[in-house]
Amino acid sequence: MAVAALKEYVGVSRDRVENYHGKQLVYVAWDYHMLFAAPFMFCVEPQMKLGDLVRGPLSALMQPDPDAASIDWSKVEWLKLGKPWTPDFERSIEENGIGHKEQLRFRTPGLNTLRDAA
Amino acid sequence: MEMKVAKKKLGLKERYRVMTRDLGWEPSYHTKEALYPYVGYEGIKIHDWEKWEDPFRLTMDAYWKYQAEKERKFYAIVDAHAQNNGHLNLTDARYLSALKIFLQAISPGEYAAHKGFARAGREFPGVGTQVACQMQAIDEIRHAQTQIHALSNYNKYYDGFHAFSDQRDRIWYTSVPRSFFDDAMSAGPFEFMVAIGFSFEYVLTNLLFVPFMSGAAYNGDMATVTFGFSAQSDEARHMTLGLECIKFLLEQDPANVPIVQAWFDKWFWRGFRVLGLVSTMMDYMLPKRVMSWREAWNMYGIENGTALFNDLARYGIRPPKGWDDAEKAIDHMSHQFMLGLYQWSFGTSFHSWIPSDDEMAWLSKKYPTTFDKYYRPRWDHIKKLAAAGTPYKNYGLPKLCQTCQLPTVFTEPEDPTLICHREVEYKGERYHFCSDGCQHIFENEPEKYIQAWLPMPQIHQDPIRGDLGAWMDWVNLKDGQDNGDYVGSNDQRNFDAWRGLATSNE
Repeated sequence: MAVAALKEYVGVSRDRVENYHGKQLVYVAWDYHMLFAAPFMFCVEPQMKLGDLVRGPLSALMQPDPDAASIDWSKVEWLKLGKPWTPDFERSIEENGIGHKEQLRFRTPGLNTLRDAA
Repeated sequence: MEMKVAKKKLGLKERYRVMTRDLGWEPSYHTKEALYPYVGYEGIKIHDWEKWEDPFRLTMDAYWKYQAEKERKFYAIVDAHAQNNGHLNLTDARYLSALKIFLQAISPGEYAAHKGFARAGREFPGVGTQVACQMQAIDEIRHAQTQIHALSNYNKYYDGFHAFSDQRDRIWYTSVPRSFFDDAMSAGPFEFMVAIGFSFEYVLTNLLFVPFMSGAAYNGDMATVTFGFSAQSDEARHMTLGLECIKFLLEQDPANVPIVQAWFDKWFWRGFRVLGLVSTMMDYMLPKRVMSWREAWNMYGIENGTALFNDLARYGIRPPKGWDDAEKAIDHMSHQFMLGLYQWSFGTSFHSWIPSDDEMAWLSKKYPTTFDKYYRPRWDHIKKLAAAGTPYKNYGLPKLCQTCQLPTVFTEPEDPTLICHREVEYKGERYHFCSDGCQHIFENEPEKYIQAWLPMPQIHQDPIRGDLGAWMDWVNLKDGQDNGDYVGSNDQRNFDAWRGLATSNE
C-alpha cells in the first residue's frame, strides 16, 4: 500500500550499505539462548572470513552463557532466511552469500541449559 | 459623549457560542480548499462540521483562569518539596530510574503532542474542533513544562537528569516514543487525532499514568504526584475529546469506518509497544509496587477496552488487530525488556539492577505461569556472574525493529523461548521487525518507515563509526555516573548518606 499523500512520496532508507564505508551489518542470533535479550548486530567487512566472525567477536559475546564453552561449531545447525543452511567458515561473509542486514540464526541441540533450567 | 453600555452577563450557553462557534467565518477571497489543504487527502469524508459536539463547552477565558489557579497551587507544592528536601522522602533512590525514563522519553512526548494538536487545530475546518485542539495544545505544552520543573529538583542531587533533551534526540530507548510521535505528526490531521487523541489518550492513557502517578504516590514522590493531580482534569478532557472525535468520524460517513479501523489497528499496536517501557517500570523499577503490569492490563486494558469495543461495535468497528497477540505478550514483556535494560545498562542514562530475592518472590507470585519457568533461571545466572566478579554486560548491540524501534527482544506469540524474527524485503533492501504487528504497519506504508533513524545501525555510520566512547559523549551520557548498575552508583551512595543525615544523629 502507498502512503496517503498530496504528491508523490518517496522515502530513502537511512541504513543503506553505502553508509557503512565498505562494511555491512550482519545480525546473529543463538536460538533458545535468551540470556541475550536480542540478536547481536555486527558491522564487518564483507571480505572477513565467516569463521573469524564466529570464533572472534561472536564467541566473545557468547561467553556469559553457560553453554558457550561446550559448543562444537561443527555440530551447530544454521538458519538463513529461516531455512536450514550450511555455512563455510573458511570463506568470506560475501562468498557465503550473507548480504547487508542478513539475519543468521543457529541452534545447538542438546545444549540449552538456561531454557531447560526451570 | 459617554455611551452607557448595560453590563449584561452572558449565559453559559450563549457565552460558549460567542467564544467558540462565533469565532469562525466564511472565507471570501480564498477557497475553503486553499485554507484547509490537508483535510481531504486521507480519504475521510465530513459532511457537517457543526455536528461536532464539545462535551466540556470550555471557553478560552475560563480555560486561562482555571489553569492559572491550578499552576499556582502546583508551583507552591513543588517549591515546598524543594525547600524541605522532599527527595529524601523517596522509598529508595532506585525509584529515580522510572523518573529519568519519564523525563527523557515521556515529557518530550507531551511537547510533541503540543505541536501535533496546534497543527491539527489549524488544519481542521470546524470551529469547535479548532478550539478543542487549541486547548489541548496548550495543555500539552504546560504538561511538558510542569513535568520538567517538577523533576528539575532531582537534577540538583542525582545523575541522569541533566541532558534529557539531548537524550530525547539521540539515545536509543527514547527513539521508541519519539518515532511514535513523529509517525503521528507526519500523518494527516485525522490520523493524528485517531493516533494521539483516541488510541493514546483514550485507550492507553491509564496504563501510562497509573504506574507513574500512583507509582509516585506509593514511593513518596510528592513533586510528581502534584503534577499528576494538576494534569488529571486535563486528561479527562483529552479522553473525552478523543472519544468524541472518533464517534464524529464514524457517524459522518460509512466510508470512514475502514479507514478509522486501519488506524486503530496501527496505533493500538504502536502504543502497545511504547508501553513495553512502562511494564518494566511497574514490575521492576518501582521499589514499592502499585500493581503488576498484568493486573494493570486486566483492569485498564481488558475491562475498559472491552467496554469500549462493545460501544464502538455499532459503528462496525472491531477490536484492534493485534489484540490477541498483546494478551499473549502480557506475562512476558516486562521481563524480556528488563533483561535487556540490565545487560545494556552501559548505554542507559538511568540505573538498573538485578531484582532482589524478595522482588523475585513477588514476580513469581504475580506471574505464576511465566516467571519461574522462563525468567528466574536467567536472573539466577546473572546473579552468579555478578557474585563471581564478572557482572553481565552485553556489548553486542541489538537488532532493532524498523517500525517501533525497540530492540527485538520479544518472542514468538506461541513460543516464549524463541525470539520473534520477521523480515521484509522492499526495493532490494532488508528490514527487520519485532512482531507481526510491526511488520504489518511497515507493509502498509513502506515508504514512510524505510526512513526510520534507527539508533543502533546509526552508531556504525558517520560520525560515530562504532566508537562507544564517542557515542556516549554525543548522547551526553557520563560513563560511570549516569549509567550502569544501581549497586555502587553515585545515586545509591548519595541517597543513603543524605537520608542517613536526615534520619539519624551521625
